[in-house]
Amino acid sequence: MKALVPVKRVIDYNVKPRVKADGSGVDLANVKMSMNPFDEIAVEEAVRLKEAGQIDEIVVVSIGPAKAQETLRAALAMGADSALLIETEEAIEPLAVAKMLKAVSGEVEPGLIILGKQAIDDDSNQTGQMLAGLMNLPQGTFASKVELEGDHVRVTREVDGGLETVRLSTPAIITTDLRLNEPRYASLPNIMKAKKKPLEIKTPADYGVDIAPRLKTLNVSEPPVRQAGVKVADVDELIARLKAMGVA
Amino acid sequence: MKTLVYVAHDNVHLGDATLATVTAASKLGEVHLLVAGAGCGAVAEAASRIAGIGKVHVADDAACEHQLAENIAPLIAGLMTDHDAVLFPATTTGKNIAPRVAALLDVMQISDILSVEGERTFTRPIYAGNAIATVESSDAKLVITVRGTAFDKAEAEGGAAEIAAVASTDDAGKSSFVSAELAKSERPELTSAKIIVSGGRALKDSATFENIVMPLADKLGAGVGASRAAVDAGYVPNDYQVGQTGKIVAPEVYIAIGISGAIQHLAGMKDSKTIIAINKDEDAPIFQVADIGLVADLYQAVPELTAAL
Repeated sequence: MKALVPVKRVIDYNVKPRVKADGSGVDLANVKMSMNPFDEIAVEEAVRLKEAGQIDEIVVVSIGPAKAQETLRAALAMGADSALLIETEEAIEPLAVAKMLKAVSGEVEPGLIILGKQAIDDDSNQTGQMLAGLMNLPQGTFASKVELEGDHVRVTREVDGGLETVRLSTPAIITTDLRLNEPRYASLPNIMKAKKKPLEIKTPADYGVDIAPRLKTLNVSEPPVRQAGVKVADVDELIARLKAMGVA
Repeated sequence: MKTLVYVAHDNVHLGDATLATVTAASKLGEVHLLVAGAGCGAVAEAASRIAGIGKVHVADDAACEHQLAENIAPLIAGLMTDHDAVLFPATTTGKNIAPRVAALLDVMQISDILSVEGERTFTRPIYAGNAIATVESSDAKLVITVRGTAFDKAEAEGGAAEIAAVASTDDAGKSSFVSAELAKSERPELTSAKIIVSGGRALKDSATFENIVMPLADKLGAGVGASRAAVDAGYVPNDYQVGQTGKIVAPEVYIAIGISGAIQHLAGMKDSKTIIAINKDEDAPIFQVADIGLVADLYQAVPELTAAL
């Protein structure tokens, strides 16, 4: 069984995003970029399934600028076998991404497609579910545990009230939550080896997908800033204030 | 515009998140509700009493029992011939189903809206709430998830809407529910609690968390939350987590104990009305958003506070 893992190049999660003064978006010039953390978890899960002998081959795919090759190389260094970049400088919405991933899946024929539950730039949390809808496949979203059982997969999901377990027929779509695993650091020999792994480059036009955006961003602004309040000297003063608020 | 609101429920109780979603939908036009479940008659009754709504559609069928996206999405897509927009509470259930509906309708979903600026224009948080985007949709149908803390709750009583049965689509046969481990707690649910007491990594271990945070929460009748650091360290289960990747809360009072205030945590609680922080590090970022800060050793201050209340 093959696994297909889509990965996105995003602003590094340690960087505080700066909103552009003209309200057109977030400034990405000279900002450190990395693999979306949830996608890293997806790659790690695929690699672990391969190490356990349950997956034969891992294909990673990214849709984005030429520099997303670095992101794909990082996934190859973690243990993926081959990579595909669908190169575009445009910002592609989840719906169009899902359509391209469907086309890629038609070629790769994966048994599992493992995606991050959301990208930390646009925070949409849509692509996996959309892909499942377009392909009419079952979905196990926000996974904290994935167990392959023959032609089925058991997925434990992080839901609002706790955990929920579902059983899906394969092929299936899985989206990862934070506690699924801790991604490994690639070793230097593996980083060197990754440079020799196949990385194919295509364009959205090769898949005949309309990438015209459906949402127009009219403005991007800073959120309202919360002002720091007062510091109290001791517990007694805190209690006095709580009482004044009617809390105690 | 005719809107459809997906009702959050567990087949027995109507979920609170529904009410804020009704408020968001009412800004767009007429509001219909959908209750999809099994043996969910009581929920439909409760839904029909929400003030200001039109019809309640009920799909009461075994295929809907666990609200699996594979079975619910086609049902909603079918109902969209008669509706212009569908709005889901941004709960894990809503977030699971909504994009699948959007894909079936070939529209781009608008996630986690904070406000309705016009018939097709909304604001939503991006970059973990570090920026707010105003977006306009060009799609024929709107698929939206609603951040519950950003809208007032509609009145739960006062309406008397018609309840109409709709036929469920068949079980898609691709997925099945196995089990749920839902936390049982006497305490208020995080997303609806008026007061939340939240603990961070400084609590050291689960026993300390239990001994320090819980008594204060019990005294105040508060819900209990935690930072991601505390959850990852295993002090409390994952459903306690407040933050960008956990629950988004906005209680009247949020008491942060031993929480430094990482961006990801602040994103989940900075809309709370009053934030109180107790931390021994006076430079902790939590104090930049706290209305009342106490620089103190939590092991002394919190039991003292609990005893004095």
